[in-house]
Amino acid sequence: MAPDLDLDKPYRLNPSVALRPEPFGALAYHFGNRKLSFLKAPELVTFVRTLGEHASLGEALDAGGLTDRTKQSYLRALASLAATDMIVEKERDDRDR
Amino acid sequence: MTATVEHTPSLVEQFKYGLDAPICLTWEWTYACNLACEHCLSSSGRRDPDELSTEEIKRVIDELERMQVFYVNVGGGEPTVRSDFWELLDYAVAHHVGIKFSTNGVKITPDRAKRLAATDYVDVQISLDGATREVNDAVRGPGSFDMAMRALRNLADAGMRDFKISVVMTRQNVDQLDEFQRIADGFGAQLRITRLRPSGRGADVWDELHPTGEQQRQLYEWLLANGDRVLTGDSFFHLNALGSETLPGLNLCGAGRVVCLIDPVGDVYACPFAIHDVFKAGNVRPAGFQTVWRDSELFKDLRRPQTGGACDSCAAYDSCQGGCMAAKFFTGLPLDGPDPECVKGHGEHALSTRDSSALPKPSQDHSRGTKRVSLGMPSVRMPDRACDTSPLAGLT
Repeated sequence: MAPDLDLDKPYRLNPSVALRPEPFGALAYHFGNRKLSFLKAPELVTFVRTLGEHASLGEALDAGGLTDRTKQSYLRALASLAATDMIVEKERDDRDR
Repeated sequence: MTATVEHTPSLVEQFKYGLDAPICLTWEWTYACNLACEHCLSSSGRRDPDELSTEEIKRVIDELERMQVFYVNVGGGEPTVRSDFWELLDYAVAHHVGIKFSTNGVKITPDRAKRLAATDYVDVQISLDGATREVNDAVRGPGSFDMAMRALRNLADAGMRDFKISVVMTRQNVDQLDEFQRIADGFGAQLRITRLRPSGRGADVWDELHPTGEQQRQLYEWLLANGDRVLTGDSFFHLNALGSETLPGLNLCGAGRVVCLIDPVGDVYACPFAIHDVFKAGNVRPAGFQTVWRDSELFKDLRRPQTGGACDSCAAYDSCQGGCMAAKFFTGLPLDGPDPECVKGHGEHALSTRDSSALPKPSQDHSRGTKRVSLGMPSVRMPDRACDTSPLAGLT
């Protein structure tokens, strides 16, 4: 089941996940659970790569200057990435880094 | 599993234009095999003296790591009869290239099973083509059922989980699907079923072994009911034309676009079922794998939009995509026409009107008990090779 994303919490790409650039975006591979996912837009790939630099998911979405429609589609994509452990909530101890 | 952003074309549409590196690479490490299965798609048996060396395989693994090919399917032949098999396995894992290897189980001893269970990033696939000894051994040879079951038991006892039981579906075993599932459940394994292709020695037995039309429907319905926990390697998309419900998977021929094959001598083919010069893209020896994957004219061609040809007027074309390229080729059918197992019956018609006197032969044949064909020069014979006498010479 997809965990609910909390806009107030910070997330990041799971360190066990590698992103392979592809013409359509990227292929995400999780070395832990061996799942494969696809990020279907280059902009989404950049967003996911830099997700961990923001204090919260909401801030990350606002910083991108995205339209509401794009935000909604990103959130759907991010929820499916969270469901397969591709993105994770940042641990408290690495939030300060 | 797919992260979707609305304004982009479907993933499958994107895949048709090819990827920067394969998602699923099959790599056969040797043509040597202790068995001589009737339907062997690579016509394996004897080792080829020109097979890639340990160092050459390691260099390709280095390249796959750089290309971020996250895992490969290793097969053969029987890959575990290479004396450097376990060394290569460890090397790949250490270089972030996961290995799923197919084996008949010959080397899966209790000790080896324990080591495999302790190795992250390795998956094992045991081949079994009958849920009973009689059905299995008729195709894979005497003793092969017991060998596979022993390997499965060893893996389960070692605590390995979710290893695979891989079954090629034939006229003799479609009725055993539930029994295969019970065997898999009993070992804590996952069932994988794939389509019988008329490739390699499979061409010789395809007429009598490929599932009947009625069995194809049976298979389709079984997959609709059980498909979420069964792996298929996407091999049954030609069955989608049977109904309105689509089988799980990409529903796409990935040849040269998302999949390919490296054979034991380093030749790169568009897919594991197409070992023929027509589908050969190059060899990894001169310039490496990446050059072949990205620049070969054959692969560039496969990544251009394909037409349905004779299938264009068929309403089911969107569901089946014309089926399997290799199946058409080795049964002598045109590539832009129906699959020989077309569920609308167009394949049967095409088969009945083809010229079956000149079917294409695979470009590699390492079957035991046969002489290699000397292409175009009947007076010149290939010299007998030292390894002809024992298929495993120098390997065990």
